[in-house]
Amino acid sequence: MEIYQLLPKTNCKKCGKSTCMAFAVALLSWEVAVEDCPPLKDVEFKNNYEKLLEMVAPVEGSTETGLIVHEDKCFGCGNCVVACPVNVANDPHGAGIGRAPTNDKLILRVEDGIVRAFNIQECRRFGENRILCNLCIITCPTEAIEFV
Amino acid sequence: MVNCLNKNYYVCTGCALLCDDIEVEVSGDHITKIKTVCRKGFSRIGGCIEPMPCTSDGKSVDITTAIKDAASILMNADNPLIFGLGNSTSGAQKQAIELAKRIGAVIDDSSSFCQGPIIEAILHEKIHTCTLDDVRNRADVIVYWGADPSNSHPRHLSMHSYFPRGEERQHGWEDDRTAIAIDVRRSHTAKICGNRFYQIPLHTDAFLIEALIDALSGKVPKVPFEYDIKKILELANVLKKAQFGVIFAGLGVVYSIGDMGTMTRLMDKLNEVSNFHLIPMMGHYNMRGFNQNLFEATGYFNRVKFEKRENGFDVKHGVDYSIMEVLNTKKTDAALIIGSDPMSCLPRSTAEYLSEIPLVSIGPCENFTSRVAKVTIPSALSGVECGGSAVRMDGVKVTFEPMIKTARLSDEEILKRIMEAI
Ligand code: SF4
Ligand code: SF4
Ligand code: SF4
Repeated sequence: MEIYQLLPKTNCKKCGKSTCMAFAVALLSWEVAVEDCPPLKDVEFKNNYEKLLEMVAPVEGSTETGLIVHEDKCFGCGNCVVACPVNVANDPHGAGIGRAPTNDKLILRVEDGIVRAFNIQECRRFGENRILCNLCIITCPTEAIEFV
Repeated sequence: MVNCLNKNYYVCTGCALLCDDIEVEVSGDHITKIKTVCRKGFSRIGGCIEPMPCTSDGKSVDITTAIKDAASILMNADNPLIFGLGNSTSGAQKQAIELAKRIGAVIDDSSSFCQGPIIEAILHEKIHTCTLDDVRNRADVIVYWGADPSNSHPRHLSMHSYFPRGEERQHGWEDDRTAIAIDVRRSHTAKICGNRFYQIPLHTDAFLIEALIDALSGKVPKVPFEYDIKKILELANVLKKAQFGVIFAGLGVVYSIGDMGTMTRLMDKLNEVSNFHLIPMMGHYNMRGFNQNLFEATGYFNRVKFEKRENGFDVKHGVDYSIMEVLNTKKTDAALIIGSDPMSCLPRSTAEYLSEIPLVSIGPCENFTSRVAKVTIPSALSGVECGGSAVRMDGVKVTFEPMIKTARLSDEEILKRIMEAI
C-alpha cells in the first residue's frame, strides 16, 4: 500500500499494467522494476522515485526472495517449517508432519533454536511462476519472518 | 536414542513434550550443533550459565564428603522434606521415593501448587484423555485453555496439535483443524488462533465453563460479566461438532477454577454430545513421571509422608504434607531439593523458611535455593549428560540416551549413594 501511495496514481498504463495498483503488486514481487514506470522519472516525482528505489532494494541479510528471519524474535517453534508448502511437498514424512527433516530439500528448517533458510530458489515467491505466498509469515507467532 | 533412516535422534528434555527427533553434532565432549530443537530446548541442552558447585558449609569439598554430609543432615532430621524431581529421570524419582521411605520424609513436587488437580483427575480416570500422537493423527478441534504453548512448549503446535498433517487430518491446519484459544490475554498462541480467540476476564473460567455446559445442554448461557452470548453459543457449536476434540489445559485455567469438579462436568457434557479429551500442559519434562511413579508406589500422586513405624512406615497423604504447608507451619527441619528452585518459585514468605533449616541441593545448575543450601551436589544434566526415561505430558513413556559424556554423577547415582551412607 505504501508503494502504491508513492506511484503517480494516474493509471496511465505506460508501464504496461492496467492500473498503478497492479504495478505496485508487480513491483513487490520483482516482476517489474521502479524504472519501468515512465512518469516516475519526471522531476515532480523525484523524491518518490528515490524512496521507491530504497523500498524495493534488497535489504542486507535478505535472500534472493527478500526473506529475512529476525533471529531475535524467532524461538524455533517450527510453525513456518511445517506450514511452508514447499517443505511439505519435498518432505511429507518429515517436515510435513512436524518432525525432523528427512532430506536436504527444505527451504526452512530449525537449527540451534532458530529457523534458517536454505534452497531459497524453491520458494514460491521466486522464479517464473512466483506467487505471493505468505504462509510462513502468517503462521509465525512473533512476526520473525519478513519479506522485503 | 531413536535410529531412523540411519540418523541418530536424541530426545530434548527442555519441556514435557520430550521431542524425540533431535539431531546433535558433537566434537569431543562439546555439542557443536543441535537440529530441530526450539530455542527453549537449545538453551537447556546448552547447559548452565553457572554450574552447581560441590560444597559443604560454604567450602568446596569432594563429592564423597558432600554425599556424607548430606546423608548426616537427612539422618538427623525428625521431619525431613524431599522436593523437586520434575527435571529428573524416572529412575532418580524412584530412588528419591525409596530414600523418603528410609528417612520418613515428606515428598512433594511442584504439581502440589500447579497441575496437581488435573493429574489427579486423569490418574483416577475421571477425565477422558489421549496421547499427542492421537492428537496429531485425529484431532480436528483443539482448545488451548489458559495455556500458551507457543512460549511454554514451543513445538506443541507445529509437531502435535495444529499444523502437522496426520493420518485422518491430511490437510493439517489449513482445512482439517480448528484451533481455539481461551485466555485472559492475547498470547502468541491466541494470535495463531485468529478470530477463534475467546478473551475472558481474570478468574472467570468457571463461569465460562458453566455457560458452555448450559449452551451444550440447549439452554441459554449466562455469564456475570459483559460478553457476547452469541460468541459462547458459537464456541459451544464448534465443540459440539468435533469428531475428535482435545482441550490442552494450562496453569491459567487450573489456578482459576481451583478444583477440577467444574472441568470434569464440562468434559462429561462434551462427551455426551461429541468426543473430547483433555491433556494437561505439564511444564518440567518429567513432572508427570513424578506423579505417576509416586502414584504407583503409594496410591497418591504428590503430598505424601512416609511415617516411620517400628516395622516399616505408614503412608500419609493430604494438604498437611504439601511443601507449602510444611514450610508455612515450619514443621520440616531439613530439606533435600533435587533439580528445583523453590526459593524462586514459591511465595517469598513461604520459601524464606528454607534458609533457616539445613538444606541439601542437588542439580546441574546453581540457583537461588542452592545459594542458601548447606550442602550442594552437582549432578549430570539429564537428557544431555545422562540417559534414563521420563513420562511425556500425555503419559507416554520416553527413554533417552546421553548426548555427551560427563564425569558428574546422575541424580539417581547421587541419591543411591546418599542412601548407602545412611
Ligand atoms: S513464502 Fe511460501 S514458499 Fe516461500 S518460504 Fe514462505 S511458506 Fe515457503
Ligand atoms: S514460525 Fe516464527 S518463531 Fe517459529 S520458527 Fe518460524 S520464524 Fe521462528
Ligand atoms: S518443545 Fe520442548 S521438548 Fe521440544 S524441542 Fe522445545 S523445549 Fe525441547
